[in-house]
Formats: sequence, C-alpha cells, structure tokens
Amino acid sequence: MGAGELGIFGKMMPQPLLSVHGLTKRYGARIGCADVSFDLWPGEVLGIVGESGSGKSTLLSCLAGHQRPDLGRIAYDGADVLTLSEAERRRLLRSDWAYVHQNPRDGLRMGVSAGGNVGERLMAVGARNYGAIRDTATDWLGRVEIAAERIDDRPSAFSGGMQQRLQIARNLVTGPRLVFMDEPTGGLDVSVQARLLDLLRGLVRDLGLSVVIVTHDLAVVRLLADRLMVMKSGRVVETGLTDQVLDDPQHAYTQLLVSSVLQV
Amino acid sequence: MKDYNFAYLDEQTKRMIRRALLKALAVPGYQVPFASREMPMPYGWGTGGVQVTAACLTPGDRLKVIDQGADDTTNAVSIRRFFQRTANVEVTERTAEATVIQTRHRIPEVPLTEGQILVYQVPIPEPLRFLEPRETETRKMHELEEYGLMHVKLYEDIARHGEIATSYAYPVKVEGRYVMDPSPIPKFDNPRLGGNPAIQLFGAGREARIYALPPYSEVVSLDFEDHPFVASKADHCCDLCGSGRSYLDEVITDDQGSRMFVCSDTDYCASRQAEGHRGRLSPERVA
Repeated sequence: MGAGELGIFGKMMPQPLLSVHGLTKRYGARIGCADVSFDLWPGEVLGIVGESGSGKSTLLSCLAGHQRPDLGRIAYDGADVLTLSEAERRRLLRSDWAYVHQNPRDGLRMGVSAGGNVGERLMAVGARNYGAIRDTATDWLGRVEIAAERIDDRPSAFSGGMQQRLQIARNLVTGPRLVFMDEPTGGLDVSVQARLLDLLRGLVRDLGLSVVIVTHDLAVVRLLADRLMVMKSGRVVETGLTDQVLDDPQHAYTQLLVSSVLQV
Repeated sequence: MKDYNFAYLDEQTKRMIRRALLKALAVPGYQVPFASREMPMPYGWGTGGVQVTAACLTPGDRLKVIDQGADDTTNAVSIRRFFQRTANVEVTERTAEATVIQTRHRIPEVPLTEGQILVYQVPIPEPLRFLEPRETETRKMHELEEYGLMHVKLYEDIARHGEIATSYAYPVKVEGRYVMDPSPIPKFDNPRLGGNPAIQLFGAGREARIYALPPYSEVVSLDFEDHPFVASKADHCCDLCGSGRSYLDEVITDDQGSRMFVCSDTDYCASRQAEGHRGRLSPERVA
C-alpha cells in the first residue's frame, strides 16, 4: 500500500488503486481513445460501456500494458505504470494484475491440462511444490464450479462456459488486486452467462477485487459494476453510479444505448 | 588433403565461430546467434557440432567422436573421418586420450579432465520451444528470467505419468540464471554437466545458436520440492562388462523377446572388458 494522506479527521484516507489522467491513444490520424481520466478505488468495479469501435478495448489494453498510450498518466497504487521497466511491468501482470480475455483461447494454454493452466501463475511467481500447487488448483477449480476430476483434462475438452470459468480461476489464483475483463461473457449463451455473472459477482465481493470491465452488454454492468463510464468515438461521454447512469441517462448517446436494449 | 583449408572451414568463418564461443563461455547458458554455414552433410547430422569442432581444432589435437556413446556408428565414423581428411588430426576412441570430443546425446562415462573440450550436437537449442512457439517471446522470457513455464511442463509430466517422465533433454538452470537445454542427453548424464573440469560447447547448426558451459559451472536440473530430480537409468548391469554404474542401451536380440543391456559408451565397456570384467552374456561365460 502506498502512503495515503491525512483526511480532515486525522484518519488515513485511502488512495485510488488505479488513477488515470488524460489517457490518449491514436492510430495514425484516427483516435483510439482520447483524454480519458478516472480513479478506481480498492474494491470497486468500474464498467466501461459503448458500441463497437468506441475505444473501450483500446482503453483496456492501454491500462493493462498491452499497448502504450501516446499521452497521459497511469498510476497504480501511487506508482507510475508507464515508466516501469518491462521486467517490473510483467511481474505486476502476473502477480498483482489479471486479465480475462473475451475468448478463453487467448487466455488459456490449450495444450496444457486445467491444473497446469491454473498452476502456471503460481509457478511463475516461484511455487515449487507439486502437491501444494495441485491442492490450490483443485481448490480453485471448485470455486469456479469445475469438477475436481477434470483437473487433468485439457481445456479443449471443456465447453465454452467452462473454459471461461477456467480462465477466471487461472487469473485469480495468485490473489490479484486488480482485474481487467474484456467482454467476459461474450459468446456464451444466456443461461451460461447468468451463471458466470453470478460466479463473478460472488468472487469479486468475496475477494474484494478491483475490476475494470469492458462490455457492450448493459445487463452485465448492471449486475457487476458500481460505477459506469460510457464511451463514444473514443471519448468518455458520461460517468456516474451504474444505476444512476442506466436509469437516468443524461447524454443523448447514453439514452440511445439504454433504450436500444431489447425487452423480452 | 590440400584442397581444403585446415578443418574444412575458412579462417574467417572459424574466427566468427570462436567469437561466438567466447561470448557463450562468458555468459554460461546463453544462446549466442552465429552465422551457421552449410556443411557437407545434412542438417540433423551434427552440422552445429562439426562447425564448433572445426573452430576448436588445432593440428596437435586428438579427436574422439561419439554418437549415443558409441565410437563405431555411421554418424561418429563419418564425422571422425571427415576431420581426419580435412584437418589430418590424430583420432582416438579413448576418452582419456582425446583433447576434443564431439558427442551426440551422451557424456562419456570416464570423468573428463581440465584441458578437454566436449562438443555437443544440438538439434533444438531452445528449451522453451515446445511450450512457447514464438522466438521473440522466448527471448524475452530468457531476458526477464520468466521460467515458470518450464515448470508447467514438469507439472504436466507428473499429472499425467505420476513422475517427471522427461528422460532426455532435461532442462537445467545454469549459474542461477539461464535455463538451458543440455541437448538430448539422457537425464542420467545431467549431474555431470555441473562441476565438470572440461569445457562444454553446444552447437546447433540449423538453428544457428551456440552456447557453452565453462569448467566447473553450477548446473541445476529443474524439479519440484516433492518430486526431486532423479538421474535414472535401466535397472540392470551391463551384460558384457558387468558394470552397474554406466548408462545402458537395451538391445533386442531375437524375435522371442530376448534382450540384453549393454553400456552405451563403447570405449568404457571395451576398457572394462580388457581389464577382465565380465557380464551375464560375455562370450566365454555363454560358451
């Protein structure tokens, strides 16, 4: 924990876990995302919504260090992420941070058993006891509702929903504090989606995770997110508490977005 | 033979290889790229080892070439004859008498000494290759010492077979820094990689990489706390010389299921027999 500052009552005020200022990424003349600023507090879930091409994925990949922004600052726990050496940045990526890909095939090793997939991050941070790694992997498979006897099966033998749950287990096993999720429920049918969301909500609450979740599905953020950021053409057009933004949208685009949701 | 330069390669090429060798010795276990040449033999026959040997040979050297421990197989005989013709150096089958030993897949049983050079033929120098196919990424992993993936492979072994089933090309960590593929030597030979008084050079011709272990390097075979590294061999004695300590080849002798175990190191086996040691199937016992 970085140093907080003293509040008016002399208590330590917590500082934001992730603090972003004026983040801009251009692809040549086109804008990926422009002038994005926000603070993410410990234990908070921030949803980023917007249509395809609105820059949400660009923003997420800049935050997670997959791309380098052209302008702006990103501070994690008080430290400037963009000036970290590559070794430090990658250490952060496999210990304190986690990244859940939209397609589990991007986030899993398909040729390695489920247990090996979950254990990889443990071994990457120095675990060298086979029994302990396997116990932890079994425990985590249980937490994401995968039967323990499937621990030696490869993800290619899993259904799409199971693969996504396995990817989540693999990411959370080292106890990260900050999780980036890119459309975690994309490509899953609605009943599987509902279970996954339920599971995610439980894990996020239990572990006190801070999450940045990118999605175009408003139902997902309604369930998971505390706060919402609406993006359009690379810029943030509206921010606020999730219920506030969804129930009383102010910006014309947000109103369009909310009213476009099909009612069954 | 006057048509070729000494040891086949031209002097500038040998110089280039020697520079790579020096760098490899300075950074133990690090794969140094070099401008590998076409050699008059197919890839997979030891083009990397031959280039390293050519760069190391001097007219006063005595060369030994082994293939899977044996001096008399096609590969060993061809390479030995190649250097006899192009370098006119002395050759020997005796490990102790050789100054340069080119080897494929074995370390000789007789302990090596200071002043000897052991040259390995390496098919695939990158220990992470089958786990991570991208060369850019594996280089980055070496740079940042991200070797967790290597243990994922060992984990998979135990999960599937109940033990670390990797029996050759067993990954090692050199001087606490680089993870290295020791070429496809049996893991029985791994303990002799470390603390060895000889210079060990590794040449991969097709992949154009050279790496090295200076004398007395620290070499640790990777393992788990609860599944430690075991240098295994066939649980028999040699049927010709009776040795219980050497690495054995299993030889099928008929189509009735009969088999015999013999030392893979032919020089070691022959010298023991010359000293009077006998095994289960030695001619005079059987007769």
